[in-house]
Amino acid sequence: MGAQKKGGGAKVSEDAEEQSRQRLQAILLADSFATKFRPVTLERPKVLLPIVNVPMIDYTLAWLEYAGIEEVFVFCCAHSVQVIEYLEKSEWYSHPNLVVRTIESHKSISAGDALRYMYEQQTETSQIQGDFVLVSGDTVSNMPLADLIQEHRERKKKDEKAIMTMVIKQSKSSSLTHQSRLGTDQLFIAVDPLTKQLLHYEEDKIDHPRGSICLDKSLLDSNPSVLVCNDMQDCYIDICSPEVLSLFEDNFDYQHLRRHFVKGVLVDDIMGYKIFTHEIHSSYAASIDNFRSYDTVSKDIIQRWTYPYVPDINFSGNRPLKLGRQGIYRASDAVQSRSADVGASTVIGYGTKIGDGDKILNSVIGNGCSIGSNVVIEGSYIWNNVTIEDGCEIRNAIVCDGVKIRAGAVLHPGVVLSFNVVVGRDFVVPAYSKVSLLQQPTTEDSDEELEYADSSSGTADHMSGLNLQMEPKASELGPDGAGYIWEVCEGAHDEEWKHSVAPIPKDKLSEFTQAIDDDDTDDESVIPASGELKSDADSINTDMNDPNDDYYYFEKEVEGTVLRAVEENIKVDLVTLEINGLRLSYNMESADCAGATFYSMMKLAVDTPHSSASELYKTATSIISKWKELLGFYVKKIDEQIEVIMKFEEMCQDSPKELGPLFTQILHLLYDKDVLQEDAILRWAEEKAGADEVDKVYLKQCETFIQWLKEASEEEDEDDEDEEEDD
Amino acid sequence: MDFQVVILAGGFSSTLFPLVSKEVPKALLPVANRPVLSYVLDLLESNNLKDLIVVVEGEDAALKVGGWISSACVDRLHVEVAAVAENVGTAGALRAIAHHLTAKDILIVSGDIVSDIPPGAVAATHRRHDAAVTAMLCAQPVSGPSESGGSGGKDKTKKPACEDIIGLDSWKQFLLYIAKGTEIKKDTRVKKSILCAAGKMELRSDLVDSHIYAFKRSVLQKVLDQKPAFRSLKQDVLPYLVRTQLSQRSDVFSDQSNVEENGNGNGKNNMQNNEVVLSQILSNASSPSFHQVYESGLDSRKTHKCCVYIADESKYFVRLNSIQAFMDVNRDVIGDANHLSGYSFSAHHNIVHPSAELGSKTTVGPHCMLGEGSQVGDKCSVKRSVIGRHCRIGSNVKIVNSVVMDHATIGDGCSIQGSVICSNAQLQERVTLRDCQVEAGYIVCVGGEHKGETFARK
Repeated sequence: MGAQKKGGGAKVSEDAEEQSRQRLQAILLADSFATKFRPVTLERPKVLLPIVNVPMIDYTLAWLEYAGIEEVFVFCCAHSVQVIEYLEKSEWYSHPNLVVRTIESHKSISAGDALRYMYEQQTETSQIQGDFVLVSGDTVSNMPLADLIQEHRERKKKDEKAIMTMVIKQSKSSSLTHQSRLGTDQLFIAVDPLTKQLLHYEEDKIDHPRGSICLDKSLLDSNPSVLVCNDMQDCYIDICSPEVLSLFEDNFDYQHLRRHFVKGVLVDDIMGYKIFTHEIHSSYAASIDNFRSYDTVSKDIIQRWTYPYVPDINFSGNRPLKLGRQGIYRASDAVQSRSADVGASTVIGYGTKIGDGDKILNSVIGNGCSIGSNVVIEGSYIWNNVTIEDGCEIRNAIVCDGVKIRAGAVLHPGVVLSFNVVVGRDFVVPAYSKVSLLQQPTTEDSDEELEYADSSSGTADHMSGLNLQMEPKASELGPDGAGYIWEVCEGAHDEEWKHSVAPIPKDKLSEFTQAIDDDDTDDESVIPASGELKSDADSINTDMNDPNDDYYYFEKEVEGTVLRAVEENIKVDLVTLEINGLRLSYNMESADCAGATFYSMMKLAVDTPHSSASELYKTATSIISKWKELLGFYVKKIDEQIEVIMKFEEMCQDSPKELGPLFTQILHLLYDKDVLQEDAILRWAEEKAGADEVDKVYLKQCETFIQWLKEASEEEDEDDEDEEEDD
Repeated sequence: MDFQVVILAGGFSSTLFPLVSKEVPKALLPVANRPVLSYVLDLLESNNLKDLIVVVEGEDAALKVGGWISSACVDRLHVEVAAVAENVGTAGALRAIAHHLTAKDILIVSGDIVSDIPPGAVAATHRRHDAAVTAMLCAQPVSGPSESGGSGGKDKTKKPACEDIIGLDSWKQFLLYIAKGTEIKKDTRVKKSILCAAGKMELRSDLVDSHIYAFKRSVLQKVLDQKPAFRSLKQDVLPYLVRTQLSQRSDVFSDQSNVEENGNGNGKNNMQNNEVVLSQILSNASSPSFHQVYESGLDSRKTHKCCVYIADESKYFVRLNSIQAFMDVNRDVIGDANHLSGYSFSAHHNIVHPSAELGSKTTVGPHCMLGEGSQVGDKCSVKRSVIGRHCRIGSNVKIVNSVVMDHATIGDGCSIQGSVICSNAQLQERVTLRDCQVEAGYIVCVGGEHKGETFARK
């Protein structure tokens, strides 16, 4: 500010005026644009789901109000009617200090779309006047914002490009599961230790599940010191400048706030926009991203980390509960049998009846529930108006409104029962089941489908195909039950237990320990045995990691292309076009194409059923003669031809029984078909001559052929000197 | 303290050609008229490290170095000189002298450093953490060639280019990552397992490895034995230890018994096992380090610690590994870092030996040194230069930013700038040199005007 003062008194007052004029605004995304809370979110938007008996959005709004935000734009998408209805009924619409406006859009399928929509609206109404806070409606926090916004504004004044401040909080992810306690994937960020500028943002697994993180070399060139953190958690609270909205508008492919927007800004050095981080130490901030974070945040609320947003304080029109010993919150009118045993860290809502001999521990029970006798509830979340009959056992489950659990039923850990499901008498719901009255959607047309839309459309297609096959079965929950048990389909890539309310089972943990052991074995093997040129060898190693991976995928893709071409008899031109496309997208050399194409052709030959070597040879001949044009397109240069031979040699080594004996024959065939020139073969032979004995197997095999070639070429040399000069 | 010090004094380094010759191995190059090795020895002596092994490449060089050592400091220090074959690398040299090493910890010091960073502090850090290896880091040498003029401008732009990328934990105690040389041209890859264990890692490109290491002997010997291809401590051994600090596998179950055995003090014959990283190693640490935490999570695993000692920024540190560095060191030792020289300076900030003779109207500026018995003619000007013993310098000679070694002869009317004249070299009349190096005993002919050349006999 010292510098500012020098500018003269007039400017200061102008600034002050400007700042006072700027209302503190926030955009609250009342849609997660994800499907992690399904099936519950099919019937009710995520922000209205109760956490410790209060809808999530109330926590967010109460916090924003307390933090001095004056105007909140609630962006509603899925179930917007419910959200708006709820807000209208709640006291938020008439709150003296906080103006709540709702914005409705059904077209948005991602946070990016939502912000683009905001931007479009913006041009008409200019609602967002300056810097704003961007949060999602599932944020539970008690951090103060005013200072942070001030900090952001001052930074922005000094540096036009500082468009966003991201809130982070220390949180060590488990070294075993590589998952934070909120159930999110572990996060690697790099910040400048002095300016706190964000330099790198990487979520594990989504980006690339590798053993190392890769920082661009320019990063260290420009910063003498870079702090790489693994023990930080992204709170998904951002202070944004208006440029953020326009950036979303400019980059219409930005969908996810972190995966696309943050990455995009970090990578883009033309615009030079910067993101800064702010670490909070004493206050609480967490976003409820999945069932595991639902569990964690609920416990944090009960343990009062989120004070003043705790059950015994009225912060959003909720009826406060009475806090007893051992962190037991109980509604004044809850009826509890004397023989019931209510353990520590438990919440019991209004009008709830607890029967004889019940054991309740570490659980939240909503309003108007009736619980029979001898029921065990442990680590579970029972929402409102749930009926649990005698002798049920419920462990680490989420039970939504209106559910009936008939006598003797057992819920295994990780079960989620959506609204009004009925669990039949003595029925055992298997672990991690998700049960809903609605059938699992078979087409992926919902608003909430970003997870698929952005990850890969391919899998989505695949998945919907699978879902179609599922037969709807009436009442999968016993004869007197009602509801469908959902197939685990999302879990294919993200195992169910990781994000479940249930704690991670022991056997999984031991599996992890095992996995880490294996990891480290890999690590050691990565370490080059040859130490002499270690630094070089190492760098080659690390360097090769990438291309190798890429090459593998490239090869797979080419293989697929060639296979399709053969099956569907596509024209050579078109295939080359396609392979060229692949080449560009994987940044491969023409030689790589040659190798990969040849590899796919030979693979096809080998995969074709054959009984003898001669039959295989026949297949190979027919394939090669048919597709030699395709191959010819890539083997114009000697180097490319050598690549083909090497590739072939490699293949032979991999399957010495099948292809091995045919090496010379096929080499000869390739020569006959003009795919390979003699120069290439001779050069290959020369190169190989110096190799180890083991590598020379195939060279020896075709010795006579090479001999013959040599003689032929000598003769040719005599005939034609010009040929020689081409070399 | 139970530390054995190994000084790697090199041999006839080719990078320092033509300064280094058959007569003068690298270790004996004069810095302010004292062999560079003497700075190292003084430094060690002042830290009470007196049990030294000086490793020299090549028998000839070893004889020379040994001769000097026996004449200079036989009474003060216990020094052994060991000769190793040439071009075996630093790791190779240690392998060759392995049988000499008996102490629990080994301090390895490069013989070409001129510094006032206490090696004792490195040793203490090493002991405190009971580390497998402790490396000393210091801020990039600030003494750039900026003031030397001439080619300075060009070098200045090169200077900030980092040499090493070093990853430290949040308390700046442990070395988590190191990349050097060619690797830093690539993107930096940090292993997640180490990062996860440590939580935070600060990557610094403004620190340089100062070639002072403390190794646990058992670890060092095991690595040298197991990895016969490792040639360099800095390039191979240190990065290897850093990389594997969390992933030492105890594949033998008998390891447990080894712990006890070793605890009883006979850890000599279990080199093939991973006794490197016994849990007792960690017992000295004041607070549980991430190594310990990591270990406790996985019982089948042992770790070792790689520590760092980061020198205070005010400390002086230069390695004499290039001609530029040679010039810089000479200038600094009689200039900014004159406390290192051990000489007392006159009121004019220079040292003129009482036996030196100066002609009339000859000026010797500040930050200069004139050795014993040298003669300087009339109307000469010497600025920021070191002149050795028994040199003969004619009249009307200008010497700026240069080093003239013992017994050199400089004719009348010469002008020397930013150059090195080795011992016994001769410049005939009116020679003008700028940024040149003249080999020992070379004669530069009358009136030559040279810039950026190297004079040496073929």
